[in-house]
Amino acid sequence: MMSEEQIKNLEIQFEERIARDEKIEPKDWMPEKYRKTHLRQMSQHAHSEIIGMLPEGNWITRAPSLRRKVALLAKVQDEAGHGLYLYSACETLGTSRDELYEQLHSGKAKYSSIFNYPTVSWADMGAIGWLVDGAAIINQVPLCNTSYGPYARAMVRVCKEESFHQRQGYEIMIKLANGTPEQKEMAQDALNRWWWPSLMMLGPTDAESIHTAQSMKWKLKRKSNDDLRQQFIDQTVPQAELIGLTIPDADLKWNEERGSYDFGEIDWNEFWQVVKGYGPCNKERMNARVGAWERGEWVRDAAMAHAEKKQKQKQAV
Amino acid sequence: MSTKNWPLWEVFVRSKNGLEHRHFGSLHAADAEMALENARDVYTRRNEGISIWVVESKDITASNPENNGELFEPAQDKIYRHPTFYDLPDEVKHM
Amino acid sequence: MKENLYKYILGIADNSLILGQRLGELCGHGPSLETDIACTNISLDLFGQVRSYYQYAAKIIGDGRSEDDIAMLRKEREYVNVLLVEQPNRDFAYTMARQFLFDVYHLLFLNELQKSKDVTLSAIAAKSIKEVSYHQRFSSDWVKRLGDGTEESHQKMQSAIDGLWTYTDELFHQTDIDKIIVSEAIGVDVTQLKETYYNLVSELLQEASLSTPESKWFQKGGKQGIHTEHLGYLLSDLQYMQRTYPNMEW
Repeated sequence: MMSEEQIKNLEIQFEERIARDEKIEPKDWMPEKYRKTHLRQMSQHAHSEIIGMLPEGNWITRAPSLRRKVALLAKVQDEAGHGLYLYSACETLGTSRDELYEQLHSGKAKYSSIFNYPTVSWADMGAIGWLVDGAAIINQVPLCNTSYGPYARAMVRVCKEESFHQRQGYEIMIKLANGTPEQKEMAQDALNRWWWPSLMMLGPTDAESIHTAQSMKWKLKRKSNDDLRQQFIDQTVPQAELIGLTIPDADLKWNEERGSYDFGEIDWNEFWQVVKGYGPCNKERMNARVGAWERGEWVRDAAMAHAEKKQKQKQAV
Repeated sequence: MSTKNWPLWEVFVRSKNGLEHRHFGSLHAADAEMALENARDVYTRRNEGISIWVVESKDITASNPENNGELFEPAQDKIYRHPTFYDLPDEVKHM
Repeated sequence: MKENLYKYILGIADNSLILGQRLGELCGHGPSLETDIACTNISLDLFGQVRSYYQYAAKIIGDGRSEDDIAMLRKEREYVNVLLVEQPNRDFAYTMARQFLFDVYHLLFLNELQKSKDVTLSAIAAKSIKEVSYHQRFSSDWVKRLGDGTEESHQKMQSAIDGLWTYTDELFHQTDIDKIIVSEAIGVDVTQLKETYYNLVSELLQEASLSTPESKWFQKGGKQGIHTEHLGYLLSDLQYMQRTYPNMEW
């Protein structure tokens, strides 16, 4: 056992390493809080990728053209891959994917609330790619540089692969916005429904965010939620204007002085309700995940049993 | 009732001939064949590789960072292993 | 002539379309992330093949129909896929058994199609062979794993094979159009593939500790556009957007 003072010393050295931009690797000594915070953030991120497959997976069978169908399939598949990379990063800290699934399925673990909204039209595939992936990228790019090596490496891969996701979504929106009145209406309707949840997706306002200061030090976060939100709005509004869609915010106005858009009040009450499980699809998403996992159990068991039999045969020879 | 979970495997991929296999990440699989197939499907879907190695994670022996001092620091001052340690007359341009 | 070749291509492409669509349903719902990613890869390969075939078919028929019109705007009776590929994903054993029973046929078929006098079909076949070889390897491995896994998985795999067996014979039926296209050295004589197919399949089933069904009663109709009840539901998803919003670009 280490004395408290020894631990204190190690902690100081540890923080200095991070401040020097050194990476932390799995077997390095790390403060318990660092391990826990990372496990929480990485697993939430992984869960979000996996749950995120569901609202879009909805539309794979109904995509309007073969070109759109393969793009959407490839995108949802990427999300499975990203979940996998992130779960792997979690496993370097000694928590298995099965344990993390257990936390997700029991409702103990959180995932991005935005996936608790329903996808009710094809335009939602456009809006999700454009807005939700757009917001995610803003969050994720800085993480390629985070202090924990396995997380940073996973994020480099994720960001590289995600570059087509947002384009895929925006291209769907362009096509709809330039299409028939019915298509344009479909696009506007999707923007209306996804805009505010996308803003909420960047996290509670700084005053209410509990983890920020420590996370900044560990480079788990490089900018505050409110800054990220502003960045997202500033980059997205012109994209909407370019294709003739209207952001559903009467208070949205360019502020010359700040060089940014002012925007209306976010309904944080709705946000917290969805987080707490009262969103439109929380139950459906969870049932789908738990169902898939339970239906797959005999398959996973069988594969293990077969592997063990083969191993025994090999040893017997 | 689940007996055992699929173990973890580490995946190494050669991107093209002439390059070494590099650690790409990990995944779960019941056996080596499945690990290879999964690695192909997970890590080379964008044409990233031409050869894959998989090894079960538990079979890797890793050095302990606590021993980094004795393992790696003694190499730091052996500067005579590097060409810049040796003086050459300016006239000799390449050696 | 054009019409015959067009219909012949549909006979090939519809199989991949319907099977790709079935696999697409599973994305996000499989037994593990790794199998999800693998099944999606197979689905993507199949849709890639489908697009090459339909684009070629659209060119041949030359009446302004696009690949999507051909894929999504026919009536159920005009789809000529075999009954095997439209069978639903009852469980993972069914999905893998269906895949395996189709892959073995598909690879034999493509190996012959590669020799086609029609250079486009031959080229599509050559490219697809590599993809389908992998599909067959993947599905065979799973048939073995489940056949020789636990008591439960053995039973499930055996009942999947038994349940799907009745749809295998149709793979080797020749339509009138097939006969014409074969006589032109463009098409594949599927009747010639049958023996090899059943040999390969029973060999693998044996390796997987599964028994080869003895039933000689087979279902048919897909190649004539008479399908099982499952296809209509699949098509209502596949066609939903094109039917609800006709004549639009996406």
